[in-house]
Amino acid sequence: MRKPRVCVLRTAGTNCDYETAFAFKRAQAEVELVHINTLLKAERNLLQYHILALPGGFTYGDDIAAGKVFANELRCRLRQSLTEFVLNGRLIIGICNGFQILVKSGLLPGNTQWTQEASLIINDSGLFRDEWVYLRHQPQSSECVWTRNIPTTIYLPIAHGEGKFVVKNKEVLERIKANRQIVFRYVNNPNGSVEDIAGICDKTGRILGLMPHPERHIDVYQHPHWHKTASNNDGHGLLIFRNGVEYAKRHLV
Amino acid sequence: MFWKIEIREKEGIFDAVGEGIRKDILDLGIKKVKSVSFVQVYNIYGELNHNDIQKITDELLVDPIVQEAHIVSNKDSIRSAKNIHVIEVAYNPGVMDPVEDSVLKGISDLGIKGVSAVKTAKKYIIRGNLSAKEINLVQEKLLYNKLIQHIVTEDNKGSLPIGKIDYHFNLVTVDLLGASDRKLQQISKDGQLFLSLIEMRQIKKYFQSLGRNPTDCELETIAQTWSEHCAHKTFRGKIRYEEKLIGNKRVRRLKIDNLLKTTIMKVTQELNKPWCVSVFRDNAGVISFDEKNNICFKVETHNHPSALEPFGGANTGIGGVIRDPLGTGLGAKPIFNTDVFCFGPPDYSFSKLPPGTLHPKRIAKGVVAGVRDYGNKMGIPTVNGAVLFDEGFVCNPLVYCGTAGVLPRDKAFKKASKGELIVLVGGKTGRDGIHGATFSSGELTHESETISSGAVQIGNPIQEKKMVDAILQARDAGLYTCITDCGAGGLSSAVGEMAQALGCRVDLEKVPLKYSGLSYTEIWISESQERMVLSVPKENWLRLEEIFKNENVEATVIGEFTNTKRLQLYYQGNLVCDLDMTFLHEGLPKPEKKARFIQPRFPEPKIPPKKDFTKILEKLLSDYSICSKEWVIRQYDHEVQGGSVLKPLVGVFNDGPSDAAIVRPFLDSEKAVIVSCGINFRYGLIDPYWMAASCIDEALRQIIAVGGSLDQVALLDNFCWGNPDKPDRLGTLVRAALGCYDTAKGFGTPFISGKDSLNNEYSTKGVSKPIPGTLLISAIAVMDDIKHAISMYTKNVDDLIYIVGNTYEELAGSYYYKLLGAVGNSVPRVRVESAKKTFVALSKAVRAGLISAMHDCSEGGLAVACAEMAFAGNKGMTIFLKEVPFVSDGGNSINKKKKSLTKRISNDTILFSESNSRFIVEVPRRHKEAFERMLEGISFGCIGCVCQKKDFVVFGLDGKPCIRADIGLLRDAWKRPLAW
Repeated sequence: MRKPRVCVLRTAGTNCDYETAFAFKRAQAEVELVHINTLLKAERNLLQYHILALPGGFTYGDDIAAGKVFANELRCRLRQSLTEFVLNGRLIIGICNGFQILVKSGLLPGNTQWTQEASLIINDSGLFRDEWVYLRHQPQSSECVWTRNIPTTIYLPIAHGEGKFVVKNKEVLERIKANRQIVFRYVNNPNGSVEDIAGICDKTGRILGLMPHPERHIDVYQHPHWHKTASNNDGHGLLIFRNGVEYAKRHLV
Repeated sequence: MFWKIEIREKEGIFDAVGEGIRKDILDLGIKKVKSVSFVQVYNIYGELNHNDIQKITDELLVDPIVQEAHIVSNKDSIRSAKNIHVIEVAYNPGVMDPVEDSVLKGISDLGIKGVSAVKTAKKYIIRGNLSAKEINLVQEKLLYNKLIQHIVTEDNKGSLPIGKIDYHFNLVTVDLLGASDRKLQQISKDGQLFLSLIEMRQIKKYFQSLGRNPTDCELETIAQTWSEHCAHKTFRGKIRYEEKLIGNKRVRRLKIDNLLKTTIMKVTQELNKPWCVSVFRDNAGVISFDEKNNICFKVETHNHPSALEPFGGANTGIGGVIRDPLGTGLGAKPIFNTDVFCFGPPDYSFSKLPPGTLHPKRIAKGVVAGVRDYGNKMGIPTVNGAVLFDEGFVCNPLVYCGTAGVLPRDKAFKKASKGELIVLVGGKTGRDGIHGATFSSGELTHESETISSGAVQIGNPIQEKKMVDAILQARDAGLYTCITDCGAGGLSSAVGEMAQALGCRVDLEKVPLKYSGLSYTEIWISESQERMVLSVPKENWLRLEEIFKNENVEATVIGEFTNTKRLQLYYQGNLVCDLDMTFLHEGLPKPEKKARFIQPRFPEPKIPPKKDFTKILEKLLSDYSICSKEWVIRQYDHEVQGGSVLKPLVGVFNDGPSDAAIVRPFLDSEKAVIVSCGINFRYGLIDPYWMAASCIDEALRQIIAVGGSLDQVALLDNFCWGNPDKPDRLGTLVRAALGCYDTAKGFGTPFISGKDSLNNEYSTKGVSKPIPGTLLISAIAVMDDIKHAISMYTKNVDDLIYIVGNTYEELAGSYYYKLLGAVGNSVPRVRVESAKKTFVALSKAVRAGLISAMHDCSEGGLAVACAEMAFAGNKGMTIFLKEVPFVSDGGNSINKKKKSLTKRISNDTILFSESNSRFIVEVPRRHKEAFERMLEGISFGCIGCVCQKKDFVVFGLDGKPCIRADIGLLRDAWKRPLAW
């Protein structure tokens, strides 16, 4: 059976591309690191891939606001292929800076109208923070294809300065709840996010964005307490990548 | 046309930046501040209509969810009024502002043309009844640094960015031939060349032989190349050293020719380890790692710039050291950063601050922010470091930055050849950083902030990240033959070094500039960041250019390597520099320097007898140098790249102090790198020899403590010292270097790289004060199997607690003595032979799976180490001091005569002595015998156990408790001081 193909999209300031690619490879996908210029010059077509990953980093220095300049670039210059990609039922995952890009381009909470309805803003503490956090996931409460059968509590690291999730108004919040788009909530809110939201998907469940880094918990040695509790070799983060790859294998390849 | 757009949070949205500033203002002691709002300002210049500006604002600049934007004319901009103070801060012309490029890119993506420039500014609206004096204080202490920024006023508002300034070529020569000695000194001083009279005379002689005067460019090139920063004149020069120790009547005299070669490098040479691939020859030291890759490591300092502009100084410090591995061999991929800082006390009184110095807390916050900004944006995890505080660093903070990288084995060496192109890649060149190399070779004064402001700059990490991405692709495609970084001295050092054996021709007008108006000399010596120089065979040029273009990085051919052995520079076809490479690199005169070390004698403290040491332990845990650095560590992304195996903070709540970091560079391999550091300037006050020995011991025992071994450990030395022209300063430096040799040789651990930063002095009113001579030893070790990693926190109730290694009566320089206001004389020594035995035995025990936790016993001694293990493991611990192997006389010569003075075997000595080579080890009871068997011939004691009840209890020599505390209380004492 052919492996699903993943485009790990990068540009100036992307910096979690190596480990994101590694995570997808470990999940049995075929991965390519692709610079945005390669897509803009049409040397590659987005539709060659089944999954688009927007990794963490500080694209364009996070100048103006985190993810803003790259979101603007995608919205202005890659709009058509991205719309096509989404309407074709392909998968997207945005991690940390990738989540910020998805939200600021309007791809999350989800529509292809390209209007921003939510945001990720500076943490209440005003500081960048790297720490491991527990996330609550209610399997029955989400349509997300990326999180099927994962445990109700998972442990992943965050590392961001602008991760406070906020919405435009109450209606947006009610809508994403009604559509079961809230995928992860923090057990202990580290940044002031509305309703402890750490990750959301679009209403089809195929586009996932989250602030924590699943690609940093692929095997047990990345777990802060592994020398005490080492049991199996798979990290919680790997389950997310596997779900995406499995889905793509069944429905897209 | 000029448009001003102001962006602020909507009503009801929490303004985190403003709130942070408000807290800082309260910290200054100004309590009348009610609130602070932050406004981001964009000034956009160009031929635009209102629709364009509206579109730029709505779609690019404002976050529509939480912010509101105002396109303002000068009239309706918010102004100060009663109890409302509006302060707008903008960058000075010529200072690089990375946001400008990003905004320009965003506007171009929107399809809008006609923008000529973007300038940003920050506006603070402070509400509260503050006096003009208080507002002034807030501005000066918190909001801006006049070296790079200014307050926007009616007079200077809307001032245009630097427009076109024409530069008309005019060859400048300097009259050396006709200059008297006095004039020579004047020329050196006025030109900020920091060349001595002897050096100036040598240069004069060289030009006399040519029968002409030098051009300004030639003189500058020589000054850069001969600067202490680039030439390491002290370490490579001649020294006449004499030493007098206490209790030793004889004066020891040494004649040293090249201190570096006769101490540090000698260790490496004599040990001759096969795994040392490239040492002391490239920008970083290289050792082998696995079948395919080597590891390289370099640690640098950026002290002077950080003193003047903490954010920018630390920012460009880390940016600079990242380019060292990148410029090693054919280019290494950076895998982690380390950072060690020494600051003045954060609660230092404002009124005691010498003129021109920033407050230690501001320096600390700025430095941490600078490292965070650059390291995080580069995607390089900052995994290890230390932060120390002492009054000795108020005027001269120390900022050490290190970077390690992985380098494919077949890319470990480089060599440029005749006919290859000199290609400059990365950022554009501006006037920034001019005279950084020579500036750092002088002392700081209260005038440094005005005279040397050109030496201060801010970095652009994204520019560097792009450049790394492009370089590694070009490296793997084999498109260039040599690479080096543009650091101190700029092109002058980089090209000068690469062309040393060949010669070169450079056409300076080809260098891409940030703005017009630079002279040929400024182009040549500019220290603009984020630039590297490559040597590219002509046939590879087009392919290389293509790679860089795709990553949006500039690459420009600026010249060619020749075989003339001459450095020949042209500007628009005019020869502006023509120097003989041999004179440039070998012509530096080597006058002999005098060095003297007379061991000082400090008063011993009077210690009142005490039964309970609980409060003392709490105080030690709260010492700024010992306490938790979580506030710093969590601001660094220490897990990017996914390779972190042992994190800087460990424990049940992830908040205990890890001894060293373990990083796996390749996620599909179980091989890893351990990195640690040893630093303790307090021992150096007493005897720099034992400071050096202690630093090496500390760095090594941290490696052992996390499960490593001595099998393949390499060391880096970083000396930060005072003015080496003063014999007492140089004396302690030599004494420390001698300690480095003996200790590293004894342990069998070679040095692979190092760096010195001298002239860390601050002079005011004719009195010059040096920093305490401070040696940082960084260690890097290869770990074959990450499964052997050990962390420091207690794991299981009922496990046994051991101390391994003798405790001596060595309280001098300890934090316990510091608490008593004393230094003392019995400094911790290192008994290398027995230490080595201990290290080897513990490594074996780790591999046999006998150890569940291990912690390095260092600052604060046994008591602090055990307490840290207990609260990080969230379990209680009981300790019996009478089980601790103790030797009363550690061989400190001062004790021989006056034994009675210091000989006191008491609880506090055992609790707080900082003797080296000791570990606290947690061992499950079932492994008791096996563990003890492994320690045959080594001093150890089974001193207690891990308990369910969360109390930390220590029984004294008399069998009665001398410390009893709840571990939560101890944890709080340790975490509180720096929880900013």
